[in-house]
Amino acid sequence: MLDLAELYQEVILDHNKSPRNFGPMTPPPTHQAEGYNPLCGDRFTVYVRLNDDVIEEIRFEGHGCAISKASASMMTEALQGMGREQAEAMFAEIHDMLTGKRKLDALDTDKLDKLVVLSGVCEFPVRVKCATLAWHAVHSAINTQGPVTTE
Amino acid sequence: MNAPASIPTTAAAKLPAIREQFPTLAQTVHGKPLVYLDNAATTQKPWCVINAIAAYYEHDNSNVHRGVHALSQRATAACEAVRDKVRAFVNAAEPAEILFTSGTTEAINLVASSYGANAVGSGDEIVISTLEHHSNIVPWQLLCERSGAILRVIPISDDGDLDLDAYRGLLNKRTRLVAVGHVCNALGTVNPIHEIIDLAHGNGTPVLVDGAQAIPHMPVDVQALDCDFYAFSGHKVYGPTGIGVLYGKRRLLDAMPPYQGGGDMISSVRFEGTTYNELPYKFEAGTPNIAGAVGLGTAVDFLQTHLPEFIPLEAALMEYAESALAAVDGVTIVGAPQQRVGALSFLIDNVHPHDIGTVVDLQGIAIRAGHHCAQPLMERLGLASTARVSFGIYNTTADIDRLTAAIPEVVRIFG
Ligand SMILES: Cc1ncc(COP(=O)(O)O)c(C=O)c1O
Repeated sequence: MLDLAELYQEVILDHNKSPRNFGPMTPPPTHQAEGYNPLCGDRFTVYVRLNDDVIEEIRFEGHGCAISKASASMMTEALQGMGREQAEAMFAEIHDMLTGKRKLDALDTDKLDKLVVLSGVCEFPVRVKCATLAWHAVHSAINTQGPVTTE
Repeated sequence: MNAPASIPTTAAAKLPAIREQFPTLAQTVHGKPLVYLDNAATTQKPWCVINAIAAYYEHDNSNVHRGVHALSQRATAACEAVRDKVRAFVNAAEPAEILFTSGTTEAINLVASSYGANAVGSGDEIVISTLEHHSNIVPWQLLCERSGAILRVIPISDDGDLDLDAYRGLLNKRTRLVAVGHVCNALGTVNPIHEIIDLAHGNGTPVLVDGAQAIPHMPVDVQALDCDFYAFSGHKVYGPTGIGVLYGKRRLLDAMPPYQGGGDMISSVRFEGTTYNELPYKFEAGTPNIAGAVGLGTAVDFLQTHLPEFIPLEAALMEYAESALAAVDGVTIVGAPQQRVGALSFLIDNVHPHDIGTVVDLQGIAIRAGHHCAQPLMERLGLASTARVSFGIYNTTADIDRLTAAIPEVVRIFG
């Protein structure tokens, strides 16, 4: 049976209410990309300042549901200070967790740390795209510069 | 807000019997009895429609207009009987003015493509409105791209009503078509369609009405409206998906080139040239959705039987929903159109509609959360999305009560 408390964990609700690293970036980012979900109109821009292939600062702004906003907020905390490759590895890990491709016991939960609270999302297929939105954007930002959608 | 309207009691007393005719309603979702409030997206199907489709496949299945054999004659007769039923339903002058399409979307695309091909050129203008569904926007944008025509948009007030003064100002000698919705699927606004049509005709401009959200809720008489085209979908009136209707005045349809080429739409094919079939077949290329037409015919009967009692019942239900929702802490109703039918959008402070949708879904309540395929309207209202309830013939005040009872939980979680 699906459980709301599994989806909307306290940490998620807290990040939704007070998103971290939210708002524009000064000095301006070196990379940015937009994540857009045409299904519900959710839209985030993720800003990254890369210095020597290290994420020196990462912020986001835009609007979306609790899941997409919390996921974006927690993402900015997790990726801060990471190398580009590390960040890409994290993206792959998170993607597998959110889509239910790999269960928690097949994932590096130490590395995922707080992000494991998002694992309940895979039980709600229509919400998976919400949770992956900002991650697709950051992936796109540090690789290309174009806008991304989760469609 | 008004006090909740009194619900017409004799009509309400029949609701349990009506609900029993809809098998999908008799289920639990996430352990709770289903409350289905997403009828603007699609309605549930009564047994009579389900059975009619099954009976067609069981007894009469064959192709139409092609066989001399008994089954083909039966299938052809069934299709043509539905065409005439739909003609009577919308009071068209003749069955040839009723074209079967796959739905509202195809009906509008047919007009954009065929009417557009001859009648719309570079510098001409098409008028739509801010309240439109994407399916009454994008076909016109495509036509404008192809032809060099210009799209003009009737603005709305903050309440969600069309600005008729602005509309008057948009009509000019280059206006080739006005394409507007009868009822807005996101806000439930009932447009002053008579006046819109009269003004266009005063300018010599034909009017297409997107009736997808009107047909389920009110009688429509295309001759009284004097509209030139009227489009609707079967699945929003308790019929199956994949079948819809385009009504068009013969004079206009006759002058339009075919929409698609293929079987049935020709009278003779030679490599030197093909002559097209007469109306309505000119616009019905290929094997039609025969089972869909059969289901639609049954759905039209069903709707016509129940519509007279449903109309006052639904009006009371809408009033009940408006005041019940407005009375819940944190809830805001979107728009305040002069007349509203079918659909009601709302917001909850600090809660994204998607999250509302998920929380109430776990209570067994189906509502729509999103932009309702009306992104330009959402942008005009300064919103990304709304939560929407929309009513069908089987909804009760208890359904609304279930929703309003679920909202404090939403507020508690996210507030
Ligand atoms: C006002 C309006 N127009 C057109 C459509 C498109 O209908 P269909 O998807 O059945 O073609 C809808 C359906 O949501 C609608 O609400």
